[in-house]
Amino acid sequence: MSATALHDAHGEHAHHQPGFFRRWVMSTNHKDIGTLYITWAVIAAIEGGVLSMIMRAQLAHPNNTLVTSGQAWNAIVTAHGLLMIFFFVMPALIGGFGNWMVPMMIGAPDMAFPRLNNMSFWFLFMAFIFVNLGLLVGAGSGVGWTLYPPLSDITYQPGVATDFTLFSLHLAGISSLLGAINFIATILNMRAPGMTMHKMPLFVWSMLVTAFLLLLAIPVLAGAITMLIMDRNFGTSFFEPAGGGDPVLFQHLFWFFGHPEVYIMILPAFGVISHVVSTFSKKPIFGYLGMVYAMVAIGFVGFVVWAHHMFVSGISVDSKVYFEAATLVIAVPTGVKVFSWIATMWGGSIELKTPMIWAIGFIFMFVMGGATGVVLANAGLDTELHNTYFVIAHFHYVLSMGSVFAIFAGFYYWIGKMYGQPYPEAAAKLHFWMFFIGVNLTFFPQHFLGLAGMPRRYPDYPVAFAGWNYVSSVGAMISGLSTLVFFYILFKIFTGRQTLAANYWGEGATTLEWTVPSPAPHHTFEDVPVIR
Amino acid sequence: MSAESHTAEGQIAGRVPHPYHLVEPSVWPLTGAMSAILIATGIIFVAHFNDYWFLIAGFLGAVSTMFVWWRDVVRESRTPGLHKLVTQIGLRYGMALFISSEVMFFVSFFWAYFNFFFYPAHQGYMHQPVWPPAHITTIDPFAVPLFNTMVLLLSGTTITWAHHALIEGDRRGLIQGLGVTVLLGLAFLCGQTYEYTHSPFNFYHGGIFPSVFFIATGFHGFHVIVGTTFLIVNFFRALRNQFTQKRHFGFEAAAWYWHFVDVVWLFLFVCIYYFGRSAITAA
Repeated sequence: MSATALHDAHGEHAHHQPGFFRRWVMSTNHKDIGTLYITWAVIAAIEGGVLSMIMRAQLAHPNNTLVTSGQAWNAIVTAHGLLMIFFFVMPALIGGFGNWMVPMMIGAPDMAFPRLNNMSFWFLFMAFIFVNLGLLVGAGSGVGWTLYPPLSDITYQPGVATDFTLFSLHLAGISSLLGAINFIATILNMRAPGMTMHKMPLFVWSMLVTAFLLLLAIPVLAGAITMLIMDRNFGTSFFEPAGGGDPVLFQHLFWFFGHPEVYIMILPAFGVISHVVSTFSKKPIFGYLGMVYAMVAIGFVGFVVWAHHMFVSGISVDSKVYFEAATLVIAVPTGVKVFSWIATMWGGSIELKTPMIWAIGFIFMFVMGGATGVVLANAGLDTELHNTYFVIAHFHYVLSMGSVFAIFAGFYYWIGKMYGQPYPEAAAKLHFWMFFIGVNLTFFPQHFLGLAGMPRRYPDYPVAFAGWNYVSSVGAMISGLSTLVFFYILFKIFTGRQTLAANYWGEGATTLEWTVPSPAPHHTFEDVPVIR
Repeated sequence: MSAESHTAEGQIAGRVPHPYHLVEPSVWPLTGAMSAILIATGIIFVAHFNDYWFLIAGFLGAVSTMFVWWRDVVRESRTPGLHKLVTQIGLRYGMALFISSEVMFFVSFFWAYFNFFFYPAHQGYMHQPVWPPAHITTIDPFAVPLFNTMVLLLSGTTITWAHHALIEGDRRGLIQGLGVTVLLGLAFLCGQTYEYTHSPFNFYHGGIFPSVFFIATGFHGFHVIVGTTFLIVNFFRALRNQFTQKRHFGFEAAAWYWHFVDVVWLFLFVCIYYFGRSAITAA
């Protein structure tokens, strides 16, 4: 079956064989564009990872001299954050897996607007150039990913670097916005006959909710950074108290985008994990409708909790009460998801293949990060913990152990479908364990550092914090080394000469991408499947 | 869901040919992205080095890209068999979603405005907690702004006239209605230009009131320019008989956009011009 399928795939391929420029630059094919996104996500992750290695090397000992200027430190922090959020996690989950899998899962031959899809990628590419200019030009852009004025205004960041960073977000934002429009139109309009909304795979649902969050949140960020650029360069005073402006206004606008952004990074991860858990438990997902509406609820509530990032920005006590309570509400739908994954595994015939151990790792670590999130949602505790390493530990547990674990789970789950070669199982498990130990060693001690009062965004610290910082740096180096194992795995995949069946995971994998050959041919579903 | 259907193949009952429009590879997305980075570089160069060349190049690139890209879309839509019903519906989704995102863009500027309108104490500590700020003379809402409101409301009716004419197959009415709408759009822009050049407050270093006033009305004015351009394109398409009574989504998209611009103006007029007027206003 797979031999003929592969033959067909190659025949089709030869028929449509475009040149390099036509295929990779002018592409209107969702799979090729998805590949471009994943490739670029890997490049951005390497750069962001190198920056984090530099940071942990500097923080390994007190009084270290690798990065001594605060501005340079902040520029590195800024670039690390922006690269990981906008150029690694989002492109991998949304642009990469979303582009590859959403059309196949709904039985469509491509996205609704293929040229727009390509432009989304090229906007991201341009934004990547700009974010690097923001890091490298002059003294760099030392504003943090949150871009707060007055630090980001012309007095404290006089160079062009910060303008490059701000325009980088404009470009990346347009990229995401066009992608979001494309995903919504595709999902609402191009499902195979018979695939009702309530039969849609959970990854597709997660992309739909994510796309709506992007659609409604990104333009507010665009407005905020437009005002910031005007303040910096064109004589307005939106955020400058001297001219009657209000810096806290920027924080409101930023976090009205920024909090949905958090869910933009985790909802697609939820989708991936649902598929992986169901496949390797050989059971349908437990509580499908609950899972769907939990995501919808998280999306809704995610829009009305933004000021929990601003508990120490001088907002009123009433506001704190509201934003604390609303934030805690999100724990409920999130709990629905976690318990449904566990219930899916319960009584299942569990197979601990690499994607599944990443998924189980995800559930553990995400719950950890979620629990510290509940701690930070408390306005009283947050007054103490705000801007400490406790916050860093919290959001790295949900991001670099949540979203990133889901990215690796999805990578190992789908790479055979995308490239047609299996990954080496033993090396992949070694990769998981090294990364798992590395990131936990990096970030678990940061809870202690934060509780002890170590503030974020400083290149140095008192000797009292030396012990746990050293442990954290050792952990970072272990996760850095695990990347070498991942490169070895990539090498093995790309030099493989095996053939894979269409559904190489067997009975547990039930979505439509498993009905097409591996690797998926250039065009799938020229004949649309009719769903029972 | 029965156990039998819980396999990948088990849920497929049959296959039908796809009704979608798969487009050929295109270089316009790349030129569009390159134009965008040129525009961004251009704005930075204008601000820091007073150099306009990047901005001009980027602007020309963007306009050219839009021209050739949408020329392709128009050609495809007129090629029989490419834009089937599902593709037409997809384009509607696309335009509606784009307008939704535009609404959120304006939300950010209204948010900035209401942040000071409802909470005048949010102005910097040197300022009295009153809105509009004490030293500001605002524009009389019942002079040019009211005229502009009437112009836009009227244009909302003329575009509907054009639409009904189109549906009835009345080509002459379509062209007249569209032409009048374009003229009304231009009249609005003239009114806005007059208002800006005779404004009692300055944009540059004028403080918070001019900042929120000019960014909200200015971005609206920019959207009027875009909307008017969109209508002009449709005017020429109407002259070339490119619309049918059943299929004219290019026209409808322009009409949706125009109504969106109209609604934003009504909010601007009520909230910023009228609610935000000072005791003394300048005509």
